[in-house]
Amino acid sequence: MSALRTCLAGAARLAPGSRRALLLLAAWFALAALGPLLAPHAPGEIVDREVFAPFSVRHWLGTDYLGRDVGSRLLWSVRYTVLISTLSTLISCCCGFVLGIATTATSVWVERVLGRLMDGLLSIPSLLFALLVIAAAGESIPALVLTMGVIYMPGAYRTSRALALRIARADYVTASLARGENRSFVILREILPNMMGPLLSDIGLRFVYAVLLLSNLSFLGLGVQPPLVDLGSLVRENVLGLAYGAPAVLVPTVVLALLTVGINLALGGQRS
Amino acid sequence: MTALISVRGLHVAGRRRDGSEVGIVRDVSLEVQRGEMLALIGESGSGKTTIALSLMGYVRPGCRISGGEIEVAGYRVDQMTPDPLRNFRGKTISYVAQNAGSAFNPALTLHRQVIEPALSHWVLPRRDAERRAVDLFRAMALPHPETIGARYPHQLSGGQLQRLMAAMALITEPEVVVFDEPTTALDVTTQIEVLEAFRAVLAERGITGVYVTHDLAVVAQVADRAVVLRNGAVCESGPTSEVLERPHAPYARELVEASRLPVRAMAAAGPVPEPVLTLSDMVVGYGSVDARGLPARRILDGINLSVPRGRILGIIGESGCGKSTLVRTIAGLQASAAGTIRFRGEDLAGAVARRTPDQRRRLQIVAQNADLVLNPAWTVGAILMRVLRFFHGLRGAEARAEALRLLDLVRLPQSVFERRPPELSGGQKQRVNFARALAARPDLVLCDEITAALDPVVAAAILELLADLQATLGLSCIFITHDLHALRAVCDRVAVLLGGHVVEQCDAASLMDGVHHPYSRLLVSSVPEMRPGWLDEVTRQRQVATDAPPPPVAAGGCPFVSRCAMRIEDICDHVPPPVVPGAGGARIACHHPLADLPPLLQADGAA
Amino acid sequence: MNRGLGRLVLGRLGASAFSLVFVIVAIFTITAALPGDVADTLLGQGATAGATAALRHAMGLDQPAWLRFWHWLDSMLHADPGRSLLTGRPVAELIGLRLYNSLLLAGATAAVSVPASLALGLACTMRQGSRFDRFVTTALLGVVSVPVFLLATVAVFVFAVQFRVAPALADINAVHSVWQFIRVFFMPVITLAGATTAQMSRMIRACMIDVFSAPWIEMAVLKGVPPVRIVLFHALPNAIGPVVNAIALSLSSLLGGVVVVETVFNYPGMAGLMVDSVAARDVPVVQCCALIFCVAYLFLTTLADVVAVASTRRGGSH
Repeated sequence: MSALRTCLAGAARLAPGSRRALLLLAAWFALAALGPLLAPHAPGEIVDREVFAPFSVRHWLGTDYLGRDVGSRLLWSVRYTVLISTLSTLISCCCGFVLGIATTATSVWVERVLGRLMDGLLSIPSLLFALLVIAAAGESIPALVLTMGVIYMPGAYRTSRALALRIARADYVTASLARGENRSFVILREILPNMMGPLLSDIGLRFVYAVLLLSNLSFLGLGVQPPLVDLGSLVRENVLGLAYGAPAVLVPTVVLALLTVGINLALGGQRS
Repeated sequence: MTALISVRGLHVAGRRRDGSEVGIVRDVSLEVQRGEMLALIGESGSGKTTIALSLMGYVRPGCRISGGEIEVAGYRVDQMTPDPLRNFRGKTISYVAQNAGSAFNPALTLHRQVIEPALSHWVLPRRDAERRAVDLFRAMALPHPETIGARYPHQLSGGQLQRLMAAMALITEPEVVVFDEPTTALDVTTQIEVLEAFRAVLAERGITGVYVTHDLAVVAQVADRAVVLRNGAVCESGPTSEVLERPHAPYARELVEASRLPVRAMAAAGPVPEPVLTLSDMVVGYGSVDARGLPARRILDGINLSVPRGRILGIIGESGCGKSTLVRTIAGLQASAAGTIRFRGEDLAGAVARRTPDQRRRLQIVAQNADLVLNPAWTVGAILMRVLRFFHGLRGAEARAEALRLLDLVRLPQSVFERRPPELSGGQKQRVNFARALAARPDLVLCDEITAALDPVVAAAILELLADLQATLGLSCIFITHDLHALRAVCDRVAVLLGGHVVEQCDAASLMDGVHHPYSRLLVSSVPEMRPGWLDEVTRQRQVATDAPPPPVAAGGCPFVSRCAMRIEDICDHVPPPVVPGAGGARIACHHPLADLPPLLQADGAA
Repeated sequence: MNRGLGRLVLGRLGASAFSLVFVIVAIFTITAALPGDVADTLLGQGATAGATAALRHAMGLDQPAWLRFWHWLDSMLHADPGRSLLTGRPVAELIGLRLYNSLLLAGATAAVSVPASLALGLACTMRQGSRFDRFVTTALLGVVSVPVFLLATVAVFVFAVQFRVAPALADINAVHSVWQFIRVFFMPVITLAGATTAQMSRMIRACMIDVFSAPWIEMAVLKGVPPVRIVLFHALPNAIGPVVNAIALSLSSLLGGVVVVETVFNYPGMAGLMVDSVAARDVPVVQCCALIFCVAYLFLTTLADVVAVASTRRGGSH
């Protein structure tokens, strides 16, 4: 319990950038949760004969290539983009962080084997890895979540391990060990609270990575499949509207940019 | 004659993180006449380096000159545009940085860097610049002046680099040289060599300069006038002797007092109490292991020490002598290859994990850098209460009361209880560090360079606290330091460490006179005294030292052999020196009979 | 010195060799061992169990996994990656020309983005903290934060729809002159180079600023050394390792961009082929493409590592 409290106290003293990014993320979660409830139409409903209609009072964001309401579809697509990216980020960060921190206390051999495996995973470019899995397993949402979770795990592992190692060398950890504290106390109470800030911003970065990869896949037609829709596939299906400057393609583009650029700017560009 | 440097009403502002501005230097005015050396004295954050750099028209990123006039050698520095400024820097005024080890580019040879100012400013053709560089190297008493320039920075020692940096500053024959704490990072025996070299060259060339330092004893040797700074403002100025002997401002007085620490009174005569900790034949090292299980490269070699109960044993030595390794070995954080530790009559395991909780409790460390040993995520209260709970099982209100009592003991206000280490000052953190060690109710406290990271006034207060605590609680302590003043202020007994060997043990009170190991003698006589003319005297005394090349150091010989003026050829370099008992329980490791060792002639006490 | 250096380089090469083995095994495992094998896909859901089994046998899919891996590895080593399941044509033939086209695209992109990033990164470093620097870094952060297809969409919207300066689709067969070459390559290269330059200049700026914060740079300023000299003679020798690493890492991350760009502009390269093959579950083609990409990626990162090691060892220590 007190470990949790120290961690929360650590989070409360975050850099303003990370706090802003967290607020922003919360706002997007709220939109993903509540957005579809506000949608005036069902996502698949054809509401107008006019395709690629411009902004109007009836359909605020116009209509898409089949005459569906872009606004409603957009609200649904935000839900899927945020949901899938969040789940995969949770997988990658949970596994990565736990392994990364745990290996600071395990034997050297566990670390060596794990480290080599992670290096191997890192040497397959992320989009390529995703394409391989999709070629074999098809485009289901669980497969996407799992694949992206695996793809971004080595990064989370490396970040947390580097952080934990750096802090483990700190003199206050030595002091704690010299006092005779056990490993779990040292890891949970001495090391972890000092990692919270960097770890949270790492989660933010990995979320952005996941959104980017998912959107790219969907744009290639290999991500979220109809009738479901996410931001990338929304752009893909309406890409012909580009010639007319239709909101159907421009709006999802802008929303996607708002999502990723916003979080990255809030984090202050900590990614290398 | 008008002043060569004249600063009027200088203000420098720095930007805080939130964008607001704060005054780093406020309304500073000073003047330096041609041929004069001005000392800027102050603790860290007093703005002394900022002022020195502003003379070169330079401010660190995030700062700006927000007011005032700076005139150096006829140039209005504060109004210069970048191009003339670049011509001015390095040619009219040059800079000697604090840490030459990091101020030289690691990828370039020293030679290229030293002659670069001359070439960049078209002062000299390359050939002449090279010749002048070699002359300067020779004047600075650098070894192999012809070839030393071909080396890279990492191949030379700190003292050599500092002299090379001074040569670089002088290569364009500038009118003004700014010295920014040039000897602070050096050991005392190196510092004195560098000071000697500087002094010879500066006096010969009549250099006008500004010398930034916090060490009043150095000021006494190099400066004609001194300015004491505090929080970015001038608090006292005048001729050096005036400032050092009759300071008016309260802070200046504090500063002077802090550098004249009272010497600790001798412990009551009588039998020496039984030892609480004894080290026997301790060997620590690395590398391949010989038949007896001893490593080839030794950091500590055959250490024998004991700490009498209720006394403070000081261990003094320069960087690389094995002080920190000794602390880590006693603390159980560093494995030893041989030797035993006995603590309160029982054997102490080498690794901390194999010591009993009671042993761990009774032996506590106060580490050098309080910044690093206090977990920044914890409040001070939580830090203390954890130790109380861990060792004494105290919880809740009981632990809280005890923690507050400890804060009281180290003279911290109770408001500190709820705060976290990053919000505290350096001195406060060191006190918390003490309180944490005391929370365990230890028998022996290892104090590892506890004042090294602190400003003099704060350090003096911490030493006072240590002495008081030791007296009231009857603690036994090991006090590790490189600072002779601090050592004499708190210690009963002294061990001098060199190259992993204890070359001498004696009473702290007798360190300044009588017969000593040649290295102790060198160490004691290298500590600058706060009176002008001291450096000249020492320089004169030292000229008798031999110039013969030092013999190669073989295993087993005396660690001081390469620098010893009275070494015995073919013996000192490979035969381990015998430990000879001297007056007052002193033990000296030297091949010479004690009667042959020249005694220290100085009168006792800080001048 | 040389012995230590050699050992370090060998260490890097060893790590890369391990990664290569890992990659080969991973590619095979993922594509061949996951549920839903090729026979199912080829025959569709309506196929009888007997027909599927027969096809499996004919394709050798009923053999144990390690044997299949051995056959696959063997054929890869003989540069014979088999035949496309979709068209029946040899994979080598399918890939041949497309590999060349992809390399051409990558080469053109590198030729644009490396000098551009060096210039941008250095310019930002030298005016660190200025309005110019803040504007450029924010803009670059914006560009790296959006998916590549978004850049491509914007490029099409601006250059093809609004100003009509370049065609939206890259018809590589229409290239007969330098002018046509530029016209055809303009859009894909500008998109890819945009993404790569943003990434690369950010990384270059980061490592140059790291070097510029060293005390010896301040010392050089205080010696009155001209800024250009500081950059070329003081900063760069110490920054070569990190900068080369930054360039290689950004170039290798260009791969994701290539996949998207080739698809958007219908560019006849290998990445486009791979995407089509993934959609069609044409496993032999996917495997071969993936292997080529991974080897290229590994080659670049290893090269950068070795250069970085060699350059930091030069003056840095013994």
